[in-house]
Amino acid sequence: MTWIFENWARFWEVTEVHLRLSVVPVVVGFLLAVPLGWWASRSPTARTILFPLANILFTVPSIALIVITPVLLGVKILDEINVIVPLTIYTVALMVRSVADALSAVPGHVTAAANAMGFRPLRRFLTVDFPLALPVTIAGLRVATVSNISMVSVGALVGLGGYGQLFTEGYQTDHTEKVLAGLIGTVVLAVLADGLLLLAGRLLTPWARAGR
Amino acid sequence: MGWLFDPAHWSGTTGIPVRMAEHLGYTFVTLLVAALIAIPLGAFVGHTGRGGFLIVGLSNALRALPTTAVLILVVLWAGLGDFPVYVALVLLAIPPIMAGTYAGVRAVDPVTVDAARGVGMRESGVLLRVEIPNALPLVYGGFRGAALQVVATATIAAYTGAGGLGRLVFDGLALQEFGQMLAGAVLVALLAVLVDLAFAGLQRLTVSPGLRPAGTGGKR
Repeated sequence: MTWIFENWARFWEVTEVHLRLSVVPVVVGFLLAVPLGWWASRSPTARTILFPLANILFTVPSIALIVITPVLLGVKILDEINVIVPLTIYTVALMVRSVADALSAVPGHVTAAANAMGFRPLRRFLTVDFPLALPVTIAGLRVATVSNISMVSVGALVGLGGYGQLFTEGYQTDHTEKVLAGLIGTVVLAVLADGLLLLAGRLLTPWARAGR
Repeated sequence: MGWLFDPAHWSGTTGIPVRMAEHLGYTFVTLLVAALIAIPLGAFVGHTGRGGFLIVGLSNALRALPTTAVLILVVLWAGLGDFPVYVALVLLAIPPIMAGTYAGVRAVDPVTVDAARGVGMRESGVLLRVEIPNALPLVYGGFRGAALQVVATATIAAYTGAGGLGRLVFDGLALQEFGQMLAGAVLVALLAVLVDLAFAGLQRLTVSPGLRPAGTGGKR
């Protein structure tokens, strides 16, 4: 623990990079997964394409994807995009299913009532279907966020930033404290992000507690 | 993709078949050890219903643990070799298997469990002959998730000099040989799919046909 306080500036610097590399993919992945999940919840064809595709993408190891991305995109191997793109892909692969399941679980009588009240499709989605799907969606978002925060470190194996840098430097210089500092940072960040999403979910769905 | 199909890379002690066997070796030993720890724990807690929050909390905390850091820490403490690889991978595999087993046992219909007690089964019989067989689909769910993660993550073992398909990725990286890195990446993904298919087959053979969802060939 002392390493963290003695090297606070450095620790804060890798924390910032780590946060950026894990939060950007979650946000982008979420924004992509909502329309795809909506599509999958309505069309069986979309489901038979998207779900197996998501499963296959999920089996590609993160280190492999981080290594392949620069070749596919034609960027340098030390570009942050090489972590952001793979983690975005994982987030989408994970979230499409959550969003689709959550939207499919909205009771038919509720959507029928909204239709009968004259809600147009977009307004019905934004004010009825999506809010009702939020608890399951946020559960998926929590899993994606925690696994992203843990996976960013893999990027350091090819030289990218974040807490993973403390792991590789600690390994090369036989410096256990440094590795532990990165490990503690990762776990604390994951727990904080998870707690924030849990709290956001509670605030956004007050009706979920009203009936109890 | 030229590197992958060069016959020279398919023979010898550092050839692709050897690396694949090493990778599979890590995977199976890890899954065996993790299952021996996680299934009894998850089943016991699911059966007694006590300590459920501990299981959920523990699996979530373990999930946040970066495997790279665990691997490096164990190497720094215990030295190079296969032992640190197993420690890191077993810690990775335990949460999904434990969570799946716990959820599976909890989800068994209480009426069924009651009936088992009613016909005079002991607690051990209830757990081993009723709850676990009924929980198998979810146990397999967790186990297959763990298997995918282990196959994918075993790649990292090569960072500390261990074997497996990760060697192709890290050696390729060191030599700036993208063909080799790509070959490693593709082979790991392929292995992950094959391992999952193998366990899907095992699941079909060992799960009672009565538990299959309607429409997948099981008689109801």
